[in-house]
Amino acid sequence: MGFAYFPHTDEDIRAMLDKAGAVSLDSLYSDVPEDVLFKGEFDIPDAMTEMEIRRRFADLSSKNRKLKIFCGAGAYDHYSPAAALSMISRPEFLTSYTPYQAEVSQGTLRYIFEFQTMMSMLTGMDCSNASMYDGPTSAAEAMLMAMSCTRKKKRILLSGTLLPQVLQVVETYMGFHGVGLDVIPGKDGESDLASICRELRSEDVAGVLVPGINRYGIIEDLSGLADAVHDAKALLAVYSDPSSLAVIRTPGEWGADLACGEAQSLGIPLNAGGPYLGFLCCRQEFVRKLPGRIAGETVDADGKKAYVLTLQAREQHIRREKATSNICSNQSLMALYVTVYLSLMGPQGLRRVNDLSYGGAHSLHSRLLETGLFTDAFGKPFLKEFTLRSRLPVDRLQKSLLDKGIFGALSCGEDLVSFCVTENRTEEEIEQVVDAALFCHLDICRDIVNDKLSPDHEILR
Amino acid sequence: MKYYDKLIFGLSKERRIGFSLPENSWKDRADGIPANLKRSSPLDLPQVSEPDAVRHYVNLSDMNFSVDTGFYPLGSCTMKYNPRISEEVASFSGFSGIHPLQPAESMQGVLRIYSELSDWLCALTGMSAFTLNPFAGAHGELTGLMIMRKYHLSGGDTGRTRIIVPDSAHGTNPASAAVCGLEVVQVKSTGEGLIDMESLLPLLDETVAGIMMTNPNTLGLFEKDIHRIEAAVHAAGGLMYYDGANMNALLGKVRPADMGFDIMHLNLHKTFSTPHGGGGPGAGPVGVTENLKHLLPMPAIRKRDGTGEYEIAMPESSVGRISGFMGNFGMLMKAYTYILMLGKRNVRKVGPYAVLAANYVKESLKDRYRLPIPSLCKHETVFDGLAACSGDVTTLDVAKRLLDYGFHAPTIYFPLLFHQSIMIEPTETESKETLDAFIDAMKKIADEALTDPDLLKEAPHNTPVRRPDETLAATHPVLVYQHKP
Repeated sequence: MGFAYFPHTDEDIRAMLDKAGAVSLDSLYSDVPEDVLFKGEFDIPDAMTEMEIRRRFADLSSKNRKLKIFCGAGAYDHYSPAAALSMISRPEFLTSYTPYQAEVSQGTLRYIFEFQTMMSMLTGMDCSNASMYDGPTSAAEAMLMAMSCTRKKKRILLSGTLLPQVLQVVETYMGFHGVGLDVIPGKDGESDLASICRELRSEDVAGVLVPGINRYGIIEDLSGLADAVHDAKALLAVYSDPSSLAVIRTPGEWGADLACGEAQSLGIPLNAGGPYLGFLCCRQEFVRKLPGRIAGETVDADGKKAYVLTLQAREQHIRREKATSNICSNQSLMALYVTVYLSLMGPQGLRRVNDLSYGGAHSLHSRLLETGLFTDAFGKPFLKEFTLRSRLPVDRLQKSLLDKGIFGALSCGEDLVSFCVTENRTEEEIEQVVDAALFCHLDICRDIVNDKLSPDHEILR
Repeated sequence: MKYYDKLIFGLSKERRIGFSLPENSWKDRADGIPANLKRSSPLDLPQVSEPDAVRHYVNLSDMNFSVDTGFYPLGSCTMKYNPRISEEVASFSGFSGIHPLQPAESMQGVLRIYSELSDWLCALTGMSAFTLNPFAGAHGELTGLMIMRKYHLSGGDTGRTRIIVPDSAHGTNPASAAVCGLEVVQVKSTGEGLIDMESLLPLLDETVAGIMMTNPNTLGLFEKDIHRIEAAVHAAGGLMYYDGANMNALLGKVRPADMGFDIMHLNLHKTFSTPHGGGGPGAGPVGVTENLKHLLPMPAIRKRDGTGEYEIAMPESSVGRISGFMGNFGMLMKAYTYILMLGKRNVRKVGPYAVLAANYVKESLKDRYRLPIPSLCKHETVFDGLAACSGDVTTLDVAKRLLDYGFHAPTIYFPLLFHQSIMIEPTETESKETLDAFIDAMKKIADEALTDPDLLKEAPHNTPVRRPDETLAATHPVLVYQHKP
């Protein structure tokens, strides 16, 4: 039986073997020690037809629950325009290689150039690379970059209000790279700028990483931080949600040297965690230390405008162990997605996305407070994500929400829970979250009446 | 392919929109964000309609070469066909709306794919466990080296800070080692293109964490001394790392674990046919032997004993977290589908057909291009430039002329062992007719190099743009669009 992806007929194989001077396919492995050749049977399934594969995926798909997403924490359920998905399905983009051969890769190089421009505009930075893997790894790369820009320094500082997965990934990278790292715990839900500034006095700090919007959803006030960091001859990196940067003060406006983060919020589907899109932008003076690919404008032999991968002396295929990073493959197709998304949205669409998310989140916030079952955790300004103290036991609250098909009330430690509302959520769904919380309360009261819970339960206080 | 000279910014006109969103129904809700936390600078994103945007990006795509439009003889890149069924199932709506932090019970379909794909990769490589979290090959290398370092450190062995890398290795190997805090020691190749045992043995001491190898190596040659290398490295207390970049040569024939490797990564975008996407996203799963399992990064996906349910674990013994969530899940779905399509019998032919194609091309071109190492090759073959030419025609000129004939260029000037390297990897999904057409074009170019060298020096002639001025791009970098008044 033939196979759809093998074009070889028996005659082709014979002719090719003859030319290659081999008697059989097996003889092509005569240079491999006999005991290394695998003779057994592979423990993988038998071949399936496309029909069988469709059935299998329909079955696998039915084992996932499509929930109404009221959770952010680094992955946001924003609206995805149909045209963005359609464009990344174009075979000429999808099945192309890295654009090293510029003459036949102008499509890819141009969208990378557009992407770099749009990310620079959003973050208020001078330039951007062609993408990183995801937000957390972009933060690790930003800190490695700070190390290399400031030379001999030995230590970096991270704000404890960064998302947990960002802290963890940066810690892993720095641990192996031999860099000292201190996480400065947050204060009242925000970065503790006073403590960060105190740590800077030791002058061994290469980079400081703080969030623009933090793990509690709070928009941080970074006033004065950039000056303090620069006085200590260190670099400031702001970890940002680029969708919010249409309305929130940008890393550039805060005086940051580097902007990094997760660009999934720019309409990329949640997709169980990937593929997403990390980004890394910087000020002009640091561009030669930027990791990864960068596209630049030039002219061709006939004087026509053309684009190429440039400043490649930074990269692993040229510099090997002296490269600014080991990154090779990046998330190029997702950079195309975001470029198309930003083209379609423009300044007005992105503003609307933020207005709708802001309105929905603030509506849910006040409705939940009105139930009396929650108190505001920090009372600080937020955009689409917020954190409350729950009087309801967090696990029961989450379960009540799940029973209504809602994923929300993500635990942020102790009795803290966070919610996120995007333009994809309806007023009716927001109502359902409030109902689920009230129902959870009723359920607990019923348990107390039925002696399943102690009458001392804090919910009655 | 035809030239199209616009950028999206040039299509912009004030107040045009390309989105479809509801009106803001929350207008009564006053904006409570303090002024000093708001953006104050203008946002000059393009303002275009959806038809204009779609036409723009389709026109851009028309300037791209791709697997679906032609043959890529790109060495070490494994540009095989990307099945359509993989694209179809990867966009199933039952997966696209799943939040990565959802409870495990609500995404059993996701976790099952992750877990089964790990099992199948174990079966195909002989490893005991895989993490699918790494996003790309280089990310897999870094993760694998972290595992290697943590293995030594947790045994109290703090002095193993050096890693051996052959001089023929991909650039990512030494770069990943450097990010991981390891000092790179280069080991030479012999005249036959294999690791020089004489050079290797003296390097193996108590400072060595291990060795990184591709096998077959970047010359497309099988490292015949693999048993001796493995025995020597292990005897010195080091670990064996397998860079899976060239795994396509061995798929279905040889399992890295059987060659004595302890840690490895695979490039799903090479060997397992997920599309390259213009440079990514890829996926670089890392496999390890039984004694290193506990070091794999978190989160780890496990099958709960006896229940048939899958869970997400955060093992404390792990090297830590190396990705925000569970890797490029969309790519994992595509590789999963590819393995299901292949099945246990066809998978045995992937390596042999790829090797057959490479040897066929090698034997067909060796009279016209210098073949420094004439022995049997695996999935790729390396020539050292033209056998004969007039003037100073280089490998670059040959590569650029090939574009005129409708083929992508091979990998050139790599490996660094030769001055005029032309590295060709035809995969198992190319027909004999395609290979013959490529061989014909390469021979015609060899003729042209003798009769009309300028034709090559000035190539390409019929691509959307001709040779770009790379020096200008690097000396006067223009990296973002400048609004022209």
